[in-house]
Amino acid sequence: MSFLEVNNLRVEFPTSDGIVKAVDGVSFSVERGETLAIVGESGSGKTVTNLALMGLLSPRASRISGSAVMHQSSGDVELINLPSEQARKIRGKNMAMIFQDPMSSLHPYYTIGDQIIEAHQIHNKVGVEVSKARAIELLEMVGIPQAAERLKAYPHQFSGGMRQRVMIAMALVNSPELLIADEPTTALDVTVQAQILKLLRELQSELKMAIILITHDLGVVAGAADRVNVMYAGKIVESAPVRELYANPLMPYTHGLLSSVPRMDRAHGTRLSAIAGQPPSLIALPAGCAFAPRCTFSSRVTGGPSRCASAMPELVEHVPNHFARCHLEGATL
Amino acid sequence: MINYLARRIAISISILFAVSFAVYLIFAILPFDPAALTCGKNCNDPSIIEANRVRLGYNLPIWQQYLVFLKGLFLGRTFGEGAATIICPAPSFGYSFQEHACVTNSILEALPVTLSLAIGALILWLILGVGLGILAARYRGRAADTGSTVFVLIGTSLPTFLTGLLLLVFVVVKWRILPYPSGNYTPLFENPLEWLNTMILPWITLAFAYAALYTRFVRNAVIETLSEDFIRTARAKGLSEKVILRKHTLRAALAPLTTMAGLDFAGLLGGAILTEAVFNLPGLGRLSLGAVVDFDLPIIVATTILAATIVIVMNLVVDILYAFIDPRVRVAA
Repeated sequence: MSFLEVNNLRVEFPTSDGIVKAVDGVSFSVERGETLAIVGESGSGKTVTNLALMGLLSPRASRISGSAVMHQSSGDVELINLPSEQARKIRGKNMAMIFQDPMSSLHPYYTIGDQIIEAHQIHNKVGVEVSKARAIELLEMVGIPQAAERLKAYPHQFSGGMRQRVMIAMALVNSPELLIADEPTTALDVTVQAQILKLLRELQSELKMAIILITHDLGVVAGAADRVNVMYAGKIVESAPVRELYANPLMPYTHGLLSSVPRMDRAHGTRLSAIAGQPPSLIALPAGCAFAPRCTFSSRVTGGPSRCASAMPELVEHVPNHFARCHLEGATL
Repeated sequence: MINYLARRIAISISILFAVSFAVYLIFAILPFDPAALTCGKNCNDPSIIEANRVRLGYNLPIWQQYLVFLKGLFLGRTFGEGAATIICPAPSFGYSFQEHACVTNSILEALPVTLSLAIGALILWLILGVGLGILAARYRGRAADTGSTVFVLIGTSLPTFLTGLLLLVFVVVKWRILPYPSGNYTPLFENPLEWLNTMILPWITLAFAYAALYTRFVRNAVIETLSEDFIRTARAKGLSEKVILRKHTLRAALAPLTTMAGLDFAGLLGGAILTEAVFNLPGLGRLSLGAVVDFDLPIIVATTILAATIVIVMNLVVDILYAFIDPRVRVAA
């Protein structure tokens, strides 16, 4: 039994143009102490999946179905369609989230001390002094020097990387068992990115929490994740341990993503390849594979491109522990 | 902060000098002989005009007149000699032949009326505008929001003279709830009830128009702030919607309101001409209007300088308030 088991999660947004199927039957699991990366381009559903888990989608604007059970040390809890009062008690306590832009994710008018202490106070009936000591402890843990004095500083007095450390400290103040990191390094300098990812790794091995890392950056995934789910048009199209995925991508989309990343070991002068075309509209999804119109491998499928366009492939375990949603069988891309 | 204040005050004073000189140039530029105006519309006796010219100092070059004017502000002025001596003590803005009074005295009589009007209306429209704006944003798309939209539409479309007249027709003439405005002003400390009777309709008239603008502004500011990243962070912490609105949203959303309220208030202190005219209130607006009609130059100069002073002072007050609200401004200062 995994720590978090997500089963057939669907999120739909009714709009005036039609129903947007942002997340379309997603299932995955995360173990304690494991980092699961969810990779995909904008609009692939990776962020919405996690906002649904956090209960941060507006119930008036979205329709959510499926299941996501978190097997906590204090008992099991079903996260999907949890009444808002109960969801609020879990948010920030048992599960926490850090966001893409640490510049705008902290409240500009309150000191970081106020904000971290507030996060501790909501979920713990203790005096402010206790929360303050906890805030200092956390700031030291995430590597902010002179933590006691820095509590009185405002977010604009920190650099981007330091702000993300503050965000991490705030997320971890109640020792959550699940941390969702939504593009935590996208807004940061490359050198700072590496520091933040290293910090997350260290904190994870220390606190034994499960991490879901949302990113579009395969470079981030390589060093930071144990397992990768690739998402496309609201569905998981490939899922594999990180090394396996890089060595042997089975889904043409993943292959396309990997060959669009610059690499040191490629011959000098090789052009980077890009995936032609646009992701499909989530309102009018094609009947078959959503990637088929952009796929350059569909002619190699038995049955040809027409099969790709008409029949949606299942997520199949092609190699032990390596799942892909593609009609191509056992082919090496 | 002290340095910043000193610098701001120094700049403000130099602006005031520039404004006062520019306004004083009216005497030189307008095609009127200020001395001829002092002796009434059908006066053709050149000897009286020449005598007044010397008494009031209009025989001097314009820059000397300005210096005399400045000196009068600090030391007071004496016009004429012997039995006909008129003494206007400091701060003297000169002597008005139309009012037969020192300008300073006319202004000091009118100022409390306008102050009562502006302060009362400000309080009323802030309560109404902020309250309705928050309500509309909180219950966006529902009955409260629609109701506030209707209010905004009516409030912004109805000119104050019409609102004022409608109030007079119904409240005073038809329903006889309040006495007819007498054209007199009863100071607050002389008879509070009478003061309230005189001021309540003008307050409602002004507040109605401004409250509509503020409702729209606050509604949009709150909705915009609710979509900020730091509000998502607050939700992810597990804060209740009530705390998110009160602590995290309102402070950020209402900060720009300080600027708006400060400048609108300053504008009103210069004289709410229409409202004062409709309700026959002897305030600064009516004083300036009368002065413009009668070419009463000393009063025009004085009210213009006063209005400029109020705008400059309110700007300073707003900036200082802003520094208390927004820590980012504090550091920049």
